[in-house]
Amino acid sequence: MNYIFYLTSAVAVISTAMVIFHKNAVHALLYLVTSLLSVAIIFYQFGAPLAAALEVIIYAGAIMVLIIFVIMMLNQGDASVAQEQAWLQPHTWIGPALLSAILLIQLILLVSSGQISASQSYHYIGPKQVGIALFSHYILAVELASMLLLAGLVGAFHLARHRKTTIEE
Amino acid sequence: MSASVWIILLNVFGVLIVTVVLAAILTWGERRLLGFWQDRPGPNRVGKFGTLQVFADMIKLFFKEDFTPKFADIPVFILAPTVVMATMLIAFAVVPISPNIGVTDLNIGLLFVLAMSSIAVYSVILGGYASNNKYALLGSLRAAAQTVSYEVFMGLSLMGVVMLSGSFNLREIVNAQAEGWFIVPQFLGFFIFFIAGIAESRRTPFDLPEAEHELTAGFHTEYSGMKFGMFFVGEYLAVILISALITTLFLGGWHGPILPPFIWFCLKTALLICLFILLRAAIPRPRYDQLMKFGWKVMLPLALLNLLATAGILLWTA
Repeated sequence: MNYIFYLTSAVAVISTAMVIFHKNAVHALLYLVTSLLSVAIIFYQFGAPLAAALEVIIYAGAIMVLIIFVIMMLNQGDASVAQEQAWLQPHTWIGPALLSAILLIQLILLVSSGQISASQSYHYIGPKQVGIALFSHYILAVELASMLLLAGLVGAFHLARHRKTTIEE
Repeated sequence: MSASVWIILLNVFGVLIVTVVLAAILTWGERRLLGFWQDRPGPNRVGKFGTLQVFADMIKLFFKEDFTPKFADIPVFILAPTVVMATMLIAFAVVPISPNIGVTDLNIGLLFVLAMSSIAVYSVILGGYASNNKYALLGSLRAAAQTVSYEVFMGLSLMGVVMLSGSFNLREIVNAQAEGWFIVPQFLGFFIFFIAGIAESRRTPFDLPEAEHELTAGFHTEYSGMKFGMFFVGEYLAVILISALITTLFLGGWHGPILPPFIWFCLKTALLICLFILLRAAIPRPRYDQLMKFGWKVMLPLALLNLLATAGILLWTA
C-alpha cells in the first residue's frame, strides 16, 4: 500500500517538473495529463473514489483536451520551442525557485516535527457522502459556483452569437 | 498457486484475449454484414465464407511498411494509437459478463468507464497533431469538439440508471435489473446513450473526423501498418465496449430466461453490434454543424429532462 503511494507520488512530482521544464507545449501538456492521472490514483488510494473519477473525467478528459485543442489550432512549430528555450534562463527561474525552496523547508520541518501527522487514519468517502455534503452543508457554495458558470455560459454565448452578416445555412 | 489465483488469471486474460479477437473478427464481420445489407457479396474469397479474411488482413498489416513521416512529432505519433487500444481494453475490466465472469468489481465502475472513454479522445487529438498534416489536423479538431460535446450528455443520460439502482457499481446495476430491465423506465436514457455511444466511437453517421470524401482519412491520414491497425481495432473495441455497456446498463446484463447467463450477455451484445453496423449501412453522414447543433440543442436538453423526470418520479414514489 505504502510503496504504491510513494511510486505514484514520484510519478506525479517528476511529471509536474517535466511540465515546467519541457520546451514543447504539447509534450509538456502530456506530462500534465500524467500528473493528473497519478493524483487521481492517490485520491483513490486514500478512499475518495469519486474525487479520483472526477479528476480523470473533468481535468484529464475535458479541460486538458480543450487546452491541447487550442494549442493545436495555434500550430506552433519549432519557433515556439526556440522561444521557450530563450525564456528558461536562470535569471527568470532562480527567484521563484528560491522562494518555493523556503516553503519546501517549512513543510519538511512541519512534517518532521509531527505537527501534521501523515497518519493512516483516513476514512472511505463514497459518492453518496460527497453528494450529501455538497447539497446540504455546502449548498451555498454550489449555488454560487453554478451562478458563476451560468454567467460564463451567457458571456460565451453572447460572444459567439451569429451576426446578421454571416451566411445563412 | 492456489485455485482462486488461477481463476482470476483466467478471467483477466480470458476477457483481454476474447475482446481483442472479437474486435479482429469484427473487421471481417462488419464488411460481410454491410455487403449483405447493401446487396453485394463482401469479402467471401479467403476460406469458407471469407472467414480467413482476418488473417489475410493481419498479414498485410504486419508486412506493410510502417512509415513514420519525417515531419511528424515522432514520440507523440507513436503514442497516439496505443492510447485508444489501452484505454478501451482497460475499460473492459469493470464490465460484468456473467455472475462469475468479470475482471474486477469496482465501486465506481460506471465512472471508470466514462473516465477511460474520455482519455481515449487523446489518441485522436494527438494522432492529428503529431501527423503535422492539414487533413489530420482538421480531422482531429472535429474529433475533439465532437467527443467533448457528446461526452457531456453521455454521462448525464446514465445518471437515470444510477438513480434507479442506487449505485455506480456495474454488477449491482445488473442485479437491480433482475425484475425488469432499465430500458423500460429509462427509454430516453437508452436512446441518448446509444447515440452518444456512436459519436464516442466515431462510427457512421458520426464519423466526420475521418470523413474520407473531404478529409482523405482524417486523423489517421499519415498512419500505416500496425499503427493504423491499432486505430482500426480500437474503433471496433469501442463498438464492443459500448454494446456491452448498453447490455449491462439497459438490457439487464446476463438476466434472461432458460439460456445460461453468459449466452444471454453475448446474444444481447452481438445484437447491439449488428445494430451499429446496420446504422452504418443505412444512414448517411450529416454536415458537421448539423452534428454539433443536434448534440447541444436536442440531445442535451433531452438528457436533462430525462434526469429531472427520473429524479422527480423517484422522489414522488419514495
